[in-house]
Amino acid sequence: MKEDLVLPTTREAGDDAVPEPLLKVSGLVKHFPVKGGFPIRRTVGAVQAVDGLDFQVAEGESFGLVGESGCGKSTTGRLITRLLEPTAGTITYRGQDISHANRKQLAPIRSEIQMIFQDPYASLNPRQTVGKIISGPMEINGINPEGGRERRVRELLEIVGLNPEHYNRFPHEFSGGQRQRIGVARALALEPKLIVADEPVSALDVSIQAQVVNLLQKVQRELGIAFVFIAHDLAIVRHFSQRVAVMYLGKIIEVGDRDSLYTRPRHPYTHALLSAVPEVTLTAGEAQQRERIRLAGDVPSPISPPSGCRFRTRCWKAQDKCAAEEPPLLQLSGNRGGHLTACHFPEEPTVEAREEDIVLDPALAALEEDQAD
Amino acid sequence: MTTVTKAEGAPAPTGPDGFLSVRDLQVTFSTEDGPVRAVDGLSFDLHRGKTLGIVGESGSGKSVTNLTILGLHDPMFTTIDGEILLDGKELITATEKEMEKLRGNRMAMIFQDPLTALSPFYTIGRQIAEPYMKHTGASKRAAWERAVEMLAKVGIPNPKERARDYPHQFSGGMRQRAMIAMALVCDPDLLIADEPTTALDVTVQAQILDLLKDLQREFGTAIVFITHDLGVIADMADDIMVMYAGRAVERGTVDEVLRAPQHPYTWGLLNSMPRLDSDLGTPLSPIPGTPPSLLNPPTGCRFHPRCTFRDRVAGDRCVTERPLLGPDRASACHLGTEQKRTIFIEEIRPRLG
Amino acid sequence: MLQFIIRRTVGAFVTLFLIGAATFFLFVAAPSDYASLACGKDCSPQRLADIREALGLNLPLAQQFWDFMSGIVTGRDFPTGHCSAPCLGVSFYSGDMVWSTIMDRFPLTLTLTAGGAIVFLVIGVGAGMIAAYRRGTLVDKVATGASMVLSSFQIYFLGPIVLTVLVYSTGWMEDPKYVPLTQDPVGWFVGMSIPVCVMATIFTAQYTRMARSSMIEQLAEDHVRTARAKGMSRKYVFLRYAWRGSLIPIVTVLGIDVSSMLGGAVVTELTFSLQGIGRLAVDGAVNKDLPLTMGVMLFGAFFILIINILTDITYAWIDPRIRLS
Repeated sequence: MKEDLVLPTTREAGDDAVPEPLLKVSGLVKHFPVKGGFPIRRTVGAVQAVDGLDFQVAEGESFGLVGESGCGKSTTGRLITRLLEPTAGTITYRGQDISHANRKQLAPIRSEIQMIFQDPYASLNPRQTVGKIISGPMEINGINPEGGRERRVRELLEIVGLNPEHYNRFPHEFSGGQRQRIGVARALALEPKLIVADEPVSALDVSIQAQVVNLLQKVQRELGIAFVFIAHDLAIVRHFSQRVAVMYLGKIIEVGDRDSLYTRPRHPYTHALLSAVPEVTLTAGEAQQRERIRLAGDVPSPISPPSGCRFRTRCWKAQDKCAAEEPPLLQLSGNRGGHLTACHFPEEPTVEAREEDIVLDPALAALEEDQAD
Repeated sequence: MTTVTKAEGAPAPTGPDGFLSVRDLQVTFSTEDGPVRAVDGLSFDLHRGKTLGIVGESGSGKSVTNLTILGLHDPMFTTIDGEILLDGKELITATEKEMEKLRGNRMAMIFQDPLTALSPFYTIGRQIAEPYMKHTGASKRAAWERAVEMLAKVGIPNPKERARDYPHQFSGGMRQRAMIAMALVCDPDLLIADEPTTALDVTVQAQILDLLKDLQREFGTAIVFITHDLGVIADMADDIMVMYAGRAVERGTVDEVLRAPQHPYTWGLLNSMPRLDSDLGTPLSPIPGTPPSLLNPPTGCRFHPRCTFRDRVAGDRCVTERPLLGPDRASACHLGTEQKRTIFIEEIRPRLG
Repeated sequence: MLQFIIRRTVGAFVTLFLIGAATFFLFVAAPSDYASLACGKDCSPQRLADIREALGLNLPLAQQFWDFMSGIVTGRDFPTGHCSAPCLGVSFYSGDMVWSTIMDRFPLTLTLTAGGAIVFLVIGVGAGMIAAYRRGTLVDKVATGASMVLSSFQIYFLGPIVLTVLVYSTGWMEDPKYVPLTQDPVGWFVGMSIPVCVMATIFTAQYTRMARSSMIEQLAEDHVRTARAKGMSRKYVFLRYAWRGSLIPIVTVLGIDVSSMLGGAVVTELTFSLQGIGRLAVDGAVNKDLPLTMGVMLFGAFFILIINILTDITYAWIDPRIRLS
């Protein structure tokens, strides 16, 4: 229905209610069925990849999602771009519910929500020229920019720092960093309002990562594009995103503005995550000023996540309540506005070294005790 | 053990030069497009019980160097010059039989991806017991017990049962622990760790890094730790060697290289990665351009096409003359010592926030 | 694992039933007029009616299908006599029971298949492995070169050459023929040696190339390098680590080859004038002998299913990831 698809382009002047967020996600759930059983194969369970997410992204804002493997951050990205259909919950883009929109209904939105992928080798068609790759989305959406598509492509190549003369080259003629720039140019081709970037720099060499991060930042600021920035590297997410959510086993366990989250975290997992990041310190001894938390084991399987608080099996503060009751995502007293934490027994809001390190890993504890003697 | 006599000019077998000594190593691969010099004139020393961190990006030659030390390169397509001394023994000229006795026994290696680096066909216990049987002559039973003991040491719960599992039944972190157990089963003097935590999650990485440090303290193993992550190297290493396009460009202790770096490439690396507490107002300062192809490397200093300080060196020395890397604390750059110090303090340090 | 085997076996029976049904409806129920084919050229209306009666073609289709399928399991009675299970019908052409005709021919096909498989597995895979182990040496070059040349040959080309040299011009050997193993083991061996070897030669060449490339691929695997880094010798690593992984593609192709050969090695049989299943299939087609064609087809399908299951079990034996998932 064409009528359904009209998106509000300007906000009414004098509309002084809280502005409608660009993207609103509530109660988002994605379960992947697990097949098995005997003698007849059937669905015996579900990978609870994403299990009840609520967050919003404002226009022009960069929202970061961090977490370890299996936390559901990539699935979330694919749900937002509607490459996947949610099992439950709603995704609202500019006031319109797109959770279960079909191909036709999504068509006009697809051009506004773009995705940048991790692997610049796999996400570009090797048989197409760069010009064709970048103009592809315009062709599919029937967009004819002023001066023609080719001119627009050359313009985009220039924006992402590539030579416009390379219009007719193929992806294999470019280095990894340059390919990621092509990916960015393709995402920009339709003048999107929201870009979901899934680990956009983690496949690149260190010296190249910064080039791409700077490019994305320039794009975000100059073109006012909102970003959902998904990465496992906490420092890069902090650098890029004004607000950051920490995910663990399909849930957001803490979310807040970056300053508050990184310097005054409350959730034990956020503490553990931050303390695990190896850092180059500028003065000797600085490393000792940070707290040291070493968890035990790996993240549990999302097929049968722990009851109650999902982090409790690796948490040093876990009590019976944590197994019985799932902690709600709340603003705790002492937290800055918008800084929400899902924990029954939150930590002190600091990342400074504790009197005693928390070492839950049995092997480490044993070796360190031996060596202390 | 037999000692192969070396050409004259070789340094004394042991002594202050270190337990592992690499001198003027050159590794050349013959490829369809022509010869590629993956390592070009590399020298370094490593002392017992210490960790040398080798930092570099893909194509810097860091992994090739270490496969060459173990003699795991493909002899059909590789030419090697220079010398590698392990406790006074020359490895390049050693026979295959001699190398087999050293590998897994006196020197061992941990690889990046523990899923592909462990055989899918055999149990974890068997894969750990195997080198122990080979090198110590232990019985099957004794070797299995040793494997279980090593699994317990690296923190595998229920090691007795888990030893009978196959690698695919382990989680990523557990697999890397098993890999460490396998490498340390014969108590080697030298452990080469090639990006051992790159494939792991950050909380698991922290566990594994600490485990390696604690085990090193217990066993007194010397470690060559290869990574692209400066944060990891800061955490692990005693000494650092920075590699670029097959050559070492800077070396020194952790403090020296990370807190008073001298080479423009090292500056570039430090400036291009954000830290958890870096200033949010300043954009990152990436190194311009891309790493060179080793088929046709730049002349003179290989970093010169990407170097922003080239114009501070008089004439075209950067293009024509290869800057040499001295022993101990050194950097291979034509900038003067004082110049390097001032540039770092006045231009680089402030940008690090 | 047991669950897996049970599931696969049940699946195989279901598939076989479906193949039987498909065959039946294609041949019997299709408007091809089964009876007039059976009747032959000079057919009188009376004779046609008799045939319809005899073949049960007057009965309702469902009844016919039931008779056909239950005949396979329990046997059935024809006016010409009893056809014991598994009854695949009576040949129009010879009037013999299809099943017993197949059983007569099967030992020859089995000999050809088993003999050939043993030869090309031992020599072909062996040569491929050695070539991979000595990659780049003269041995490798000879093995690779020879297999290149031989695999471009065809049985109908190589067969007559070998026959000319060994039989017709020199008289060193007799014309190939099949003597049952139980009757005369030596005669069986000598009689079948030329066809088996000629067929195996061409397969050997293919298996050499496949084993070599599969092995070289395995030798480049990370876990093989790890085993070397542990100090295990090249030979040990080759035999224990790389070898197992390289078996999987070989087993896959072997399964396909063997099951198709058991369904009849047509070219080999024709080249050496042997009366095997392949020849039977050709005869069935040439004589428009539908019961025979259907029988041979079902018989071949049965082997494809069995070998498929065996292949999967072999995978599980080779790779614990399959076994334990």
